[in-house]
Amino acid sequence: MSATGDELATVFRRECGLCTATLIRILGDVELAEDAVAEAFAIAAEAWPRSGTPPNPGAWITTTAHNRAIDRLRRESSRSGRHLAAHRLLEANMESEPNPELAEFDDFVDVVADDQLRLMFLCCHPALGVDAQVALTLRLLGGFKTPDIAKAFLVAEETMAQRLVRAKRKLRDNHAPYRVPSAAELPDRLHAVLAAISVVFTAGHTAIRGDELLRVDLCDEAIRLARVVVELMPDEPEALGLLALTLLTDARRDARTDADGRMIRLADQDRARWDRARIAEGHLIMRACLRRNQPGMFQIQAAIAAVHADAATAAATDWRQIVALYDQLFALRPDAVVAINRAVAIGELDGPGAGLLALELIDADGVASYQPFHATRADLLARSGRREESDAAYSRAIELTENPIERRFLTEQRAC
Amino acid sequence: MPQYLMSVWHDDEYVVDFESPDAQRMFAQVGALNKEMMAAGVWVFANGLMPASSATTFTSEGGKVSMIDGPYAESKEQMGGFWVIEAADLDAALGWARKATVACEDAVELRPFQAEVPAPKQ
Repeated sequence: MSATGDELATVFRRECGLCTATLIRILGDVELAEDAVAEAFAIAAEAWPRSGTPPNPGAWITTTAHNRAIDRLRRESSRSGRHLAAHRLLEANMESEPNPELAEFDDFVDVVADDQLRLMFLCCHPALGVDAQVALTLRLLGGFKTPDIAKAFLVAEETMAQRLVRAKRKLRDNHAPYRVPSAAELPDRLHAVLAAISVVFTAGHTAIRGDELLRVDLCDEAIRLARVVVELMPDEPEALGLLALTLLTDARRDARTDADGRMIRLADQDRARWDRARIAEGHLIMRACLRRNQPGMFQIQAAIAAVHADAATAAATDWRQIVALYDQLFALRPDAVVAINRAVAIGELDGPGAGLLALELIDADGVASYQPFHATRADLLARSGRREESDAAYSRAIELTENPIERRFLTEQRAC
Repeated sequence: MPQYLMSVWHDDEYVVDFESPDAQRMFAQVGALNKEMMAAGVWVFANGLMPASSATTFTSEGGKVSMIDGPYAESKEQMGGFWVIEAADLDAALGWARKATVACEDAVELRPFQAEVPAPKQ
């Protein structure tokens, strides 16, 4: 049996982050680990079609990458013996100056489940900005290529490459520890990890640009990462909440655009095209969350998605329940994004006039350049019969929209 | 152990009135933090600086030295003092920097040193 390109791609998606995470622990250096894993996959691409995929491809990659890294260190250490000590990240219980005995590392490499978690916490270190956290997470844990990450976040490839290099250097120069944070730090640190995963999902879910494959990859990766967190930290209700939220939202993927690529609003979607398996899994997780009774923002958002998923038709949506959930969410996170969604729900429950009143609570200066505010306002104004104001709001929303699919949708809304 | 600089930044115009209750409170807070750092074995050095206007700046080109009256950067924000600390890792250092900005009531910038300075031989 010989390995196909697809098979290698599957192994890559599944194992790349785990192998990188393990090698960072052993080598103490992010870039060295990253390069070695890339090299091992290149070797696999040559060898596997001839010899077949090994029985444990992950271990094969990790061991090969490890041997390559050691070879390289041996070559470099003859040039500069201090290389390792200078570049090594600190491990949790490292007592003295790191001085690894290279011989110990030959042959077998032990893979620890915690490694992926350590890497998540490293990528989402609070000393990094959110942009850098998200980029590092996709690069190191998802194995995404820099040009793809750049495309997903609408920045130049060079800018993204620089962002990644700077982030890795900052962590190294600052002696960032490679460990799962202590119980005291955990809530804040875990929230940063979950927030980064949620940004990855949103980048994939919100149609930013036409690259459909990349968008699906981003959503799938966010769900995969959320699963890893849940698997390794099963007692964290917010991790469960994020997984449920991504599953329930992603369930609508196929129903969100029509055959011509036009955007379809939630209310107009063909609910038969929603992914029932994802919805069922999301519901199951939400029930487990409810039993724990420790609500947080991801769980509440997941609960809102679950209420939508429960409705057989748009008209059957339990808006009272959704408004109550948005009230709860707004109490936790009183920002414009939540306020706008809350106004939409109030508009459904009590009519567009009530929705507009709810929008008035938002500081207009703060949302002057925020597209969803203008799009929501335009819709509520149109439904209140305030045509002229609605047209103006639609025009402003269209100006602020980069995505052609969404721009087309808004332009059609304005016309009707 | 890695060493970090925690520099304190404030407006150039800033003048400390040592007698004022605000300054007294701040000194007491910083003094308490210094003690806590010493007890934890973190404290290497700390002190406040005289105003930026008291600085003299030196530059050299090909061995020829020029001297200018004033700070190097003509900036509105100037360094007002600093700590040098020794911490296990970045997470520990971040914890001290959080305490530092509360104690001195100013912006604090945390930056790692390139390498650890060896302790002087006894």
